[in-house]
Amino acid sequence: MKACIFLLSLTVKFAFGQVSFERILGADKEPQNWLTYSGTNLSQRYSRLNQITAENVKDLQLEWIYQASSLEKFEATALVVDGILYTVQSPNDIIALDAATGRTFWTYSYNPSPKARPCCGHINRGLAILGNTLFMGTVDAHLVAVDAKNGHLLWDTAVAKAESGYALTHAPLVVKDKVIVGTAGGEFGIRGFLAAYNVHTAKEVWRFYTVPGPGEPGRETWGGDSWKTGGASIWVTGSYDPELNLTYWGTGNPGPDWNGDPRPGDNLYSDSVVALDVDTGKLKWYYQFSPHDEFDHDSVQVPVLADLEWPDRAGQGKMRKVMLWANRNGVFYVLERSTGQFLSGTPFVQVNWVNRFDEKGRPIRVPGKIPTAEGTEIYPGSEGATNWYSPSYSPRTGLFYVSAWDAYASIFFRIPVEYTEGRVYAGGWPKSHVPDGRAAENLRKDNEGYGVVRAIDPLTGKRRWDFKMNDVTDAGILTTASDLLFSGGREGYFFALDARNGKLLWKATLGGVVASGPMSYSVNGRQYISVAAGHSLFSFALKK
Amino acid sequence: MQSVRVCALVFGAGALLLAQLGYTPGDVEEGEQLFIENCAICHGPEGDAVPGVELARGKFRHASSDEELREIITKGIPGTAMPPGNFHEHQVGTLVAYLHSMSTSVGAGAPVLGDAARGKIIFEGKGECLKCHRVNEKGSYVGPDLTDIGITRRSGQLERSVLEPDAEVLPQNRFFRVVSKGGAVVTGRLLNLDTFTIQLMDSTERLRSFLKSDLKEYSFVDKSPMTSYRGRLSQSEVSDVIAYLVTLKGAGR
Repeated sequence: MKACIFLLSLTVKFAFGQVSFERILGADKEPQNWLTYSGTNLSQRYSRLNQITAENVKDLQLEWIYQASSLEKFEATALVVDGILYTVQSPNDIIALDAATGRTFWTYSYNPSPKARPCCGHINRGLAILGNTLFMGTVDAHLVAVDAKNGHLLWDTAVAKAESGYALTHAPLVVKDKVIVGTAGGEFGIRGFLAAYNVHTAKEVWRFYTVPGPGEPGRETWGGDSWKTGGASIWVTGSYDPELNLTYWGTGNPGPDWNGDPRPGDNLYSDSVVALDVDTGKLKWYYQFSPHDEFDHDSVQVPVLADLEWPDRAGQGKMRKVMLWANRNGVFYVLERSTGQFLSGTPFVQVNWVNRFDEKGRPIRVPGKIPTAEGTEIYPGSEGATNWYSPSYSPRTGLFYVSAWDAYASIFFRIPVEYTEGRVYAGGWPKSHVPDGRAAENLRKDNEGYGVVRAIDPLTGKRRWDFKMNDVTDAGILTTASDLLFSGGREGYFFALDARNGKLLWKATLGGVVASGPMSYSVNGRQYISVAAGHSLFSFALKK
Repeated sequence: MQSVRVCALVFGAGALLLAQLGYTPGDVEEGEQLFIENCAICHGPEGDAVPGVELARGKFRHASSDEELREIITKGIPGTAMPPGNFHEHQVGTLVAYLHSMSTSVGAGAPVLGDAARGKIIFEGKGECLKCHRVNEKGSYVGPDLTDIGITRRSGQLERSVLEPDAEVLPQNRFFRVVSKGGAVVTGRLLNLDTFTIQLMDSTERLRSFLKSDLKEYSFVDKSPMTSYRGRLSQSEVSDVIAYLVTLKGAGR
């Protein structure tokens, strides 16, 4: 009897905090937790929690702050499992916190090789969890597994060669018994890929190169040997459809970025979404948003999966499995996600490089809009219409929400370029009209544009409402079941809008750039909203 | 605004030449900024501070073509004080564009300078310039600080600012005006502005912060708050003041 009770308590103890894959698949049924980077495998960044409402959101107050020991950008979204919050700090620490008080249980520190050379800071955007194991990619292109109970390293495997410019910056994605990661490094002439590792053995199960090699379909879209340095990096987490058994990932720019001369052809699968069989890593379909890109139009946005009544040719609504995608190139796309069929493409900001699309969804370009030695003005500018910032889809409002930069351009220059391993391989540069930080407000010009939270009706591609900001924004978006929308921007504000009409309901000054995606969780029945800004993580809840 | 006026003048005079050389008004503007930040400290804003070199007149000691100018800007001149410059190729081009434009752009045609010592007395006395401006930690915070104005502006530009203050107000020097819902008007120098708030220094040197939601309206004031000195100072007094301003090359210099 005693043994039975002991066993029972042990079982309960082990079950508590244990994140089975079934729990991840059903993450929407336990909204008190946040089990994956984008909330669920559909990546809608929509929380079913509804304690905080349009009426009481004005009573939100700061519950705690976690101040990172790093001054690097804080771009991570935390995970929450049964009251424990797991997040990261630069370069590659994992921290386990009490989600209600922000107090630390443990810290794991990984020391990346000094040979790591990520293009844009020692960034990490978060973790994945399965069972009691946390997974993190590192800036020196390793994948590590860490015990979620005590922060001890379980395994560490090298995914790629850091000194060649490979790095892992996104939160991994767990599907079944695999953990999937892809490599950043698109400015270093890397050859991008996605790889799946067995969660227990750390063995690589499959690898899919986002730049096809000899004998593989798509190789013909790279002139000469350019496939070897084609880029097409991965730096934002993908999604998963369990019914189709497909995992979807957005890919980055081809290399060199701004001079396509060394790589004649469409350059598959750069600037694309790829749909892979999760068991084999085989390509099921792809759609390329920007063939032969010369504007650094990474398509690393989070693939947002939704089921919508899409009108057929007779105008009758028919339930379709779709993918919603506001691309860095300025176009909002709807794709059918079992086949990759192009359903619609509608510019969602000022765009001057594309005229229209053919039936298959190939963009018909505006002649002459390419980088030149003298410089060419392109809308949207170098940071894109949006970028890696998490969008959100609310099944309640039926609207897609994106943080966008509108009405701005950059001048794109092309220069000759040769590849040297481990060196930047860019072939030009964009001259931005948008200075960093925008300290000198009175020097602003019209072509610097503005940041905006934009609500788009996926059925028409038309905007439903805008919440304009004075500065631009790198913040992700969270929506909730009480029709709230949380986001922020470079000015350091974090705010709540009415997701139905964009009305401002609440705001807080966090004093640092919000460059992360907000998320929500609850502990003991109390809902929290959490977001990173500056170098710290903030958690808000209603006054008790 | 600055760009528009600069462009207009450039196009009025040397635009054709510059266009033929492949330079745009934007290039000239960028080149001017780079010149002020990197070159004017030795060459002076008129480009004539190094003996034997008169950049504004196209008189160079070591260059007879654009290619040679580019070479000098990039690599410097060994054995002289001219250092190599750390510029993009495009930036080098804009510097060359600005050098070409110097003889025709705003500020060209240096006025006759008076007596700087007398100018200082007028500046601090009869002209009451320190009521708004500041020089070497002396004077008001409200208007532009003129401590290094002799580096950043050409004498022709300074003369025009004194006689026609509205002709060109640099974007960073525009005043900002807010009107409360109750109708109270505050003007001052804009320090910051975001989605929800405005920070400025008002005309009494107070740091003020406003919530946009409390305001009826807010906008830049395009005209200068300064009135012209034409008629208030004689031509020779203006020449003295300009001569003094030209000597202002930063604290401790």
